[in-house]
Amino acid sequence: MARVASALFSRLVIIIPYAWLLFFFLIPFFIVFRISLSQTAVAMPPYTPVFDLFGGLSGVMEKAREFSFDNYVWLTEDALYFNAYVSSVIIAGISTILTLMIAYPIAYGMAKAPKSIRPTLLMLVILPFWTSFLIRVYAWIAILKPEGLLNQFLMSINVIDQPLIILNTNWAIYIGIVYSYLPFMVLPIYSSLEKMDHTLTEAALDLGCTPFSAFWRVTFPLSLAGVVAGCLLVFIPAVGEFVIPDLLGGSETLMIGKTLWNEFNANRDWPVSSAVATILLLILVIPIVFFQNAQAKADGEGR
Amino acid sequence: MKSLGSIRRSFAPWADPASKPFISVKNVTKKFGDFTAVDDLSLNIYTREFFALLGASGCGKSTLLRMLAGFEQPTSGEIILDGQSLAGIPPYRRPVNMMFQSYALFPHMTVETNIAFGLKQDGMPKADIAERVGQMLKLVKLEKFAKRKPHQLSGGQRQRVALARSLAKRPKVLLLDEPLGALDKKLREETQFELMDLQQELGLTFVVVTHDQEEAMTMADRIAVMSHGKVVQVATPAEIYEAPNSRFVADFIGDVNIFDGTVFAAENGYLRIETGNGFPIRMASPEKPAIGAKAAAAIRPEKIRVSRQPPAHAPINAVEGEIWDIGYLGDMTVFHVRLKDGRVVKASSLNAVRAVEDPFGYDQQVWISFGEDAGVVLKD
Repeated sequence: MARVASALFSRLVIIIPYAWLLFFFLIPFFIVFRISLSQTAVAMPPYTPVFDLFGGLSGVMEKAREFSFDNYVWLTEDALYFNAYVSSVIIAGISTILTLMIAYPIAYGMAKAPKSIRPTLLMLVILPFWTSFLIRVYAWIAILKPEGLLNQFLMSINVIDQPLIILNTNWAIYIGIVYSYLPFMVLPIYSSLEKMDHTLTEAALDLGCTPFSAFWRVTFPLSLAGVVAGCLLVFIPAVGEFVIPDLLGGSETLMIGKTLWNEFNANRDWPVSSAVATILLLILVIPIVFFQNAQAKADGEGR
Repeated sequence: MKSLGSIRRSFAPWADPASKPFISVKNVTKKFGDFTAVDDLSLNIYTREFFALLGASGCGKSTLLRMLAGFEQPTSGEIILDGQSLAGIPPYRRPVNMMFQSYALFPHMTVETNIAFGLKQDGMPKADIAERVGQMLKLVKLEKFAKRKPHQLSGGQRQRVALARSLAKRPKVLLLDEPLGALDKKLREETQFELMDLQQELGLTFVVVTHDQEEAMTMADRIAVMSHGKVVQVATPAEIYEAPNSRFVADFIGDVNIFDGTVFAAENGYLRIETGNGFPIRMASPEKPAIGAKAAAAIRPEKIRVSRQPPAHAPINAVEGEIWDIGYLGDMTVFHVRLKDGRVVKASSLNAVRAVEDPFGYDQQVWISFGEDAGVVLKD
């Protein structure tokens, strides 16, 4: 009996995450995908066809014939969408690189810090999460605007005499993304650096490496799994980011999250916005698959 | 290997005042905050010597090794290598290499690239690197494993990769930190002899840190026994074992019986020590302490005989007791003999003849005895 129970239990343990994925990812995705194949309609919900069970099976089949890929064709015809995708990927890419350049030294410093103060440092990295994301982004408006804190400070110490125009440019978006996603980059890099055996660095020094070359030949390659994880954790949400470009970016900033929001709310075009979301998902699946491969490889090496 | 053995026997540069030490540690002290890890330590190591730093954990032996490697700087004092002071020279500019206790193999590199690491760093031409790596792989018998990653190797194989990597740059001195510590007993014994052969073959100077006295005794030309940051004795394994200069060394290396007493008489290079309860000891001693001074006789268990009858020289160097414990180890048997005053003496005898029946039984009354040259007199 106990064996049957434990076999059942181990099945159950596997079922839970799969059920989670099914209910909270696959089913919503299929709903979105299904809407993306529909047409707009002035109705509630605002698309056709809408299935009901009154027509029976033949009625459902009849209505299913109305599905088409017209919305996807539409996305290819209007350059707006293509430009928005490309611009999102570029902005997310630049932001990811900037985040990496700032986060790596932070994570390195944390991993090299005395063991007793590491929990405090970790806490400080996570601390911004305790305030609302929206409030923190709004705070950047106050800092970056022409008469904001940054410009006041720079002008008071006579570094500049004209205020810098940062707000409503891509620079403000980079700053916003780097600031908001920094912990997601710091934490995986820190965890990969922290568990690294420090005698490896000593071995590299012993074999003739200067501290600089020891870093590039040993420390950095060994932290690569953390770097890849951090980059994906920043890049993936940054591509679809809506709040930061909306609040900090300019009107000419094109990002797919904003486009999607416009289609959905301003145009009330659910099918097209669903098609935009589906394509976005496909764009993001590629780095996720890449990430999983890297992870599997890292696991293999860790054994 | 026989010819090498003869080289080894005649090798004693430390006894020759004309020979210059290759490594000279001069009054080196290393402090970590309030803790003194190495305390005003001086010693000389000669070219081609296999030198062991032996001591319990925390005695400063690893710190000394790390100072030789350049990972730590002495608080005071100086280390001279081949006539050149090492002060302020970083690890990557020292002609020494180290084999780490944890091996510290680079997990993201193959066996081959691990071994080539230092050569590549020095900018050696590719063809030369390949040739040297090939030699090294052959030396440690790992040709078949060149493309493997460290995690795909056994403990013994990893140890050999670490050795090959540290030898690849042909350092003047190889530092080994507990090189065999992570291996199981059988493999450790095999590897001890492999290391000795390798050192002879390459003609390098080896400095090995170990807490395992057997390992040090087997491999080293000379051993420095360390305690609390100081060197207690530097001598050949035989000298350390047969003529320990202190109670600490006598006790640290192997088993020993120490009989405390006072000097009763001194004549012709022999001391008579009274140890109480009618058990006088007569022992050879080059020194002549004052009558009445405290002294102790240290005698190794294998030099103590156990017999049913008292020897002719009784009661000098002989005393009666009863068998308290018997430990049969196969090659030898260890007896714990309890004297009348409660002291327990360890004696061991080689089982040279196949004896199915034990000559002695528990609680049996026996005599223990030893010769006048069987032990040493310790002053402290």
